[in-house]
Amino acid sequence: MKILVCISHVPDTTSKINFTDGDTKFDTQGVQFVINPNDEFGLTRAMWLKEKQGASIDVINVGNSSSEPTLRKALAIGADKAIRIDADPLDGYFVAKQISEYVKTSSYDLIIAGRESIDYNGAMVPGLIAGFLKINYVTNCTKLEIDNEKVELDREIDGGKETLSCTLPLIIGGQKGLVEESDLRIPNMRGIMQARQKPLEVLEAFDCSSNTKTIKFYKPEPKQAVKLVSADNLDELINLLHNEAKVL
Amino acid sequence: MSVLTYIESSNGKIKKNSFELASYSCELAKLLNTDVVALTINSEDVNELSNYGITKIIKVNNDSLNKFKASTFADVISKAVNHTNSNYIVLSSSLDSKYLAPLLAAGINAAYVNNVIGLPSSLAPFTIKRTAFTNKAFSDSSINSDKTIIGLSSNSFGLIENSVQSEIEELNVEVQNSDLTVNSSEKVSGQISIADADIVVSAGRGMKGPENWNLIEDLAGTLGAATACSKPVSDMGWRPHSEHVGQTGKPVATNLYIAIGISGAIQHLAGINSSKIKVVINNDPEAPFFKAADYGVVGDAFDVVPRLNEKLKEFKAQNS
Repeated sequence: MKILVCISHVPDTTSKINFTDGDTKFDTQGVQFVINPNDEFGLTRAMWLKEKQGASIDVINVGNSSSEPTLRKALAIGADKAIRIDADPLDGYFVAKQISEYVKTSSYDLIIAGRESIDYNGAMVPGLIAGFLKINYVTNCTKLEIDNEKVELDREIDGGKETLSCTLPLIIGGQKGLVEESDLRIPNMRGIMQARQKPLEVLEAFDCSSNTKTIKFYKPEPKQAVKLVSADNLDELINLLHNEAKVL
Repeated sequence: MSVLTYIESSNGKIKKNSFELASYSCELAKLLNTDVVALTINSEDVNELSNYGITKIIKVNNDSLNKFKASTFADVISKAVNHTNSNYIVLSSSLDSKYLAPLLAAGINAAYVNNVIGLPSSLAPFTIKRTAFTNKAFSDSSINSDKTIIGLSSNSFGLIENSVQSEIEELNVEVQNSDLTVNSSEKVSGQISIADADIVVSAGRGMKGPENWNLIEDLAGTLGAATACSKPVSDMGWRPHSEHVGQTGKPVATNLYIAIGISGAIQHLAGINSSKIKVVINNDPEAPFFKAADYGVVGDAFDVVPRLNEKLKEFKAQNS
């Protein structure tokens, strides 16, 4: 089985968010970048498939050279090969087009992406790839079992879950549940050493334009200080919620 | 050209979030100087939509659409888009709509923007405000495409009542099939889901153990609220994963979010930031959540929550 895991290179969850260039670009200064958490759950699930059933794992990122340490980390965790499409990831449409064009040249049984990236939250890359390539698609995927060609999945729905089945090829948008946080792997020294020897291919981008553009970023207005209510005066809290905030 | 909004139903009944979608779509159509059309799939009673300015409703009723399947529903919507010659499609932020949106975008060659929180600030180029960085920032995005799909964040626009006459058209569509099958779906019955709730009562490690959650459930019951929890609580298995809200859990955009015994880690705050009013109950006055909250009570949850519940019951009895 050939697996492709799409890796988004995102600021760590604790990063301070600031902007530069007249608030048109994310300020990467002093920011630690990581594998997008939703993608990392998927990468770990791919590793289990590789170890239990045998599979090869390629990882792919659309980005400039600054995302290579993130791809190397994926190799250190256990992926076999990395592909970087050399382009600024302009928007979700652009990234999905690039990955789809790459997949057309190299067939995969299973493509794993995250349900969304934690930076731009576009939540569209796996769905667009599914649409472009006309393959099965399940997002908010919390369980994935593959037995030969037969696939069983769980999907989170509002207020519960549903179970699905389908055949390969398939693309999923993964999230926590696929594996648990405690299952995530920290690369060991051996993995890091091996990762240096593994192939990291840099490919030229497919010629296409984006269909959205960020004109300006801004941060929320500073919040007014919290109104503290004494624990002995809960009537006042109810009064404020009813008459001031008007939410009761 | 028109504005088409897809109105979701559950068991034949229009979902509550639909009226916000209808209100938004009408206002968008006014700005664009065009018509608004609502599409319903297997909805029985659609009349309520005419209270929110929807002048035309397209009903698709077909037994093979009883179970939600993203690719099939996306295909039905794309047929309605062609039928009405729509350039703008407005979808909700439910998990189902977010699932089908990119499939629809690929199918009709549209741009897709989600997490939208307002009407366009400019029409040429079409520019719209969205949240980004998991609610830590906003962006103005401009769109360069003939067709645009807008994913509207829930509780970001509100309702605009406008009673009109609605024309109803029944549309027959051929339903496409795929080899992806939905075997079963389980919903936690008798409870309000976080996505549908106006009020969410959420609790963290401060509750000391799963055996104390009756306090949270009682309070939620009084308020008609959904229950939620912080990441450590779901990681320790005190509560199901489906209740975990935060950056890697569920996003919450509700009118009132009550956080009990949750310190307010940055990842948690990111997930709940879109909620309008945040109330924090915590015995640690230094808890970072107080900086992000609108109202706070410094106190022991085991003392405050039961008393608050009693007082809310009295309040509800007087105000109902």
